[in-house]
Amino acid sequence: MFKSLSLPEFLAKIDPVKCIKCKRCINNCGWSVYSWGGDKVLIDTFKCVNCLRCYHYCPEEAITILDNPVKYRKNANWGYYNIRNLKKQADTGGIPLTGMGSDMPYPVLFDSLLIDACQVTNPSIDPLREPMELRTYLGKKPAKLEFEKAKGGKSKLKTKMPPQIKLEMPFIFAPMSYGSISLNAQKTLAIAAKELGIVMNTGEGGLHEDIYPYRSNIIVQVASGRFGVNPDYLNAGVAVEIKIGQGAKPGIGGHLPGEKIPLDIAKTRMIPVGTDAISPAPQHDIYSIEDLRQLIYAIKEATNYTKPVSVKIAAVHNVAAIASGIVRAGADIVYIDGFRGGTGAAPSVIRDHLGIPIEHALAAVDERLRQEGIRNEASIIAAGGIRSSADAAKAIALGADAVALGTSALITMGCTVCGKCYTGNCSWGITTQRPELTVRLDPEVYAERLINLIHAWSHELKEILGALGVNAIESLRGSRERLRGVGLDSHTLDILGVKPAGR
Amino acid sequence: MLTIDAKGIYYRDLNQKVREAVSKGEKEILLKNVNGQYYIATGLRNEATITIEGVPGNDLAAFMDGPTLIVKDNAQDNIGNTMNSGKVIIHGNAGDVLGYGMRGGKLHIRGNVGYRVGIHMKGYKKQIPVIIAGGKAGDFFGEYMAGGMLILLGLDSSDKRPLVGDYLGTGMHGGTIFIRGGVDKKFCGAEVSVHELTDDDRTLLEGYLTEYCNDFKLNLLDVIKVEFKKIIPTSLRPYGNLYAY
Repeated sequence: MFKSLSLPEFLAKIDPVKCIKCKRCINNCGWSVYSWGGDKVLIDTFKCVNCLRCYHYCPEEAITILDNPVKYRKNANWGYYNIRNLKKQADTGGIPLTGMGSDMPYPVLFDSLLIDACQVTNPSIDPLREPMELRTYLGKKPAKLEFEKAKGGKSKLKTKMPPQIKLEMPFIFAPMSYGSISLNAQKTLAIAAKELGIVMNTGEGGLHEDIYPYRSNIIVQVASGRFGVNPDYLNAGVAVEIKIGQGAKPGIGGHLPGEKIPLDIAKTRMIPVGTDAISPAPQHDIYSIEDLRQLIYAIKEATNYTKPVSVKIAAVHNVAAIASGIVRAGADIVYIDGFRGGTGAAPSVIRDHLGIPIEHALAAVDERLRQEGIRNEASIIAAGGIRSSADAAKAIALGADAVALGTSALITMGCTVCGKCYTGNCSWGITTQRPELTVRLDPEVYAERLINLIHAWSHELKEILGALGVNAIESLRGSRERLRGVGLDSHTLDILGVKPAGR
Repeated sequence: MLTIDAKGIYYRDLNQKVREAVSKGEKEILLKNVNGQYYIATGLRNEATITIEGVPGNDLAAFMDGPTLIVKDNAQDNIGNTMNSGKVIIHGNAGDVLGYGMRGGKLHIRGNVGYRVGIHMKGYKKQIPVIIAGGKAGDFFGEYMAGGMLILLGLDSSDKRPLVGDYLGTGMHGGTIFIRGGVDKKFCGAEVSVHELTDDDRTLLEGYLTEYCNDFKLNLLDVIKVEFKKIIPTSLRPYGNLYAY
């Protein structure tokens, strides 16, 4: 009888000459690829996901992970993933799950956009020697400012400013719940956010007591499962976010598999140990924009109007009208998650086929809010596939106030985007709750790497701003005149509000 | 005792007054002429008893943590939304989506309740939220329930509609529902089963019902003379086999 009719995707190999039988590969692999056979390491290559933990921890560089050279017959129509998923469904009758953002080859518009630079007629700025401002504020901005004379003849701001989130640079860490990622991974994000003067987002899993000390750098999330939501939690951060949708799984709920619900997660979420944590598809108190307004103001009442309220939605076809409704419902921030955005667990059929990319959605929302004269009423966060500072700069030029980083942040912790987050076996200790794996992720050590990344991107952003001849990130926001499209059709250029290169 | 006349007051101003009074240590508040104001006692903490005359609006006691509310009349939707602790007593009927994601405390309703009551209630060890409705309930009673306790009494025998709507306990994966007089399996969601009460169940139930009957001046013996049935989930992971890994 066959072991499986699926092909192993990768071949893990150990060079028997180099191997010193130290068994570190056995200990490091969260997937149980390796086991001890008495005199040598045995390999079950069907289990390998190519996360490279064993490779990095082999002291002798004896391990190689190869793409399986055994392939299905080449076919331009029936690709590897079609056949693999079909076989998996024939095995189980289930819905194939997946993790991280879609790996399907849809065009990435960021890669077809180029940024302007100054030559001769306007001077560029040297960011190393001249002041360059990356600081920005998220929240509702007043339509006009009024001043009054204070004692001594000085002018004083009379307009009462709505609550704002101060960001030293236009990045936030995307919502990833305690449950989907480990407490150590959340701590890493919190430590880095505090050091950098930016914010992380709890996602929908409540707030572990260890994260409470980082309250000036936290956005807390309320989603359909209402996990861990109490008055302390609502007031624990600098803002509250209502999660309506997620780019990787628009229109469906959350489903944290029981494998990832040990005692501590069960306690934080107040559900039984080992059950699947279910976040319903809709929030059943929100069936309309009016209902959304009701929850926004319930949260504002519960936080005494001291915190901005953000609403996170997946980018879908009608996103511009939806965002307009969200702003009119009283949201201070609109968070738009494009369809390439990450997830801890989503059915692949949903992840790979529903929603629209962030580039289109962002441009459409920014344009719509401007047309309606309400762009100042809310800040826009763009997310879903920001891979570099260049993507961030392009998103800001398309209208974002800041961008959210999920996968990028996890990659600094060792993630290789293997896409198996839903199994709870992450060998790097990121998307797992197994204590022997989570202990590997030292928050202090990995926060340093994450801080390095954000510093590097901030320097790059300053270089881009300097080349553009502007000295503040807010001068780039919505400045589509500074973008040109390469190889894009006229409809797409029209939606993006961008001219073709050469014009 | 502080009395606030809510007539014509915008909800934001009314709730601000209540918050200020409670933060100054006021223990007894009477709200008169309430007429649909939203968010009364939303996010409110500390020990205080607030009596409400008139019909309060949606999201009464949302995120509430501690106070006791007594509503003399009917109440509307989303009462006790994600409530953490405290108690809400409603002498009339109440609307839809009561106790959504409720984490603790009690919701006692004398009359009927609407759709999706007790949806996704939580529970952990001794922190058990409880909703008791004296009348009948709409569809999706106890949907997605992950913990806590829902008790439906159907005390008004002149009301000939079914005691509870369709899809009772659909998606339920924790907690317990008690139905006075039992329920036909055809009303239940696929994820639950109907059981007889054990002696422990009876003791537990009588404890909760004693308090309920005290609140509404009812005779406990009249309430418990009819046999109850217990509805619990058949699995902790109703959707565990839905996915391929």
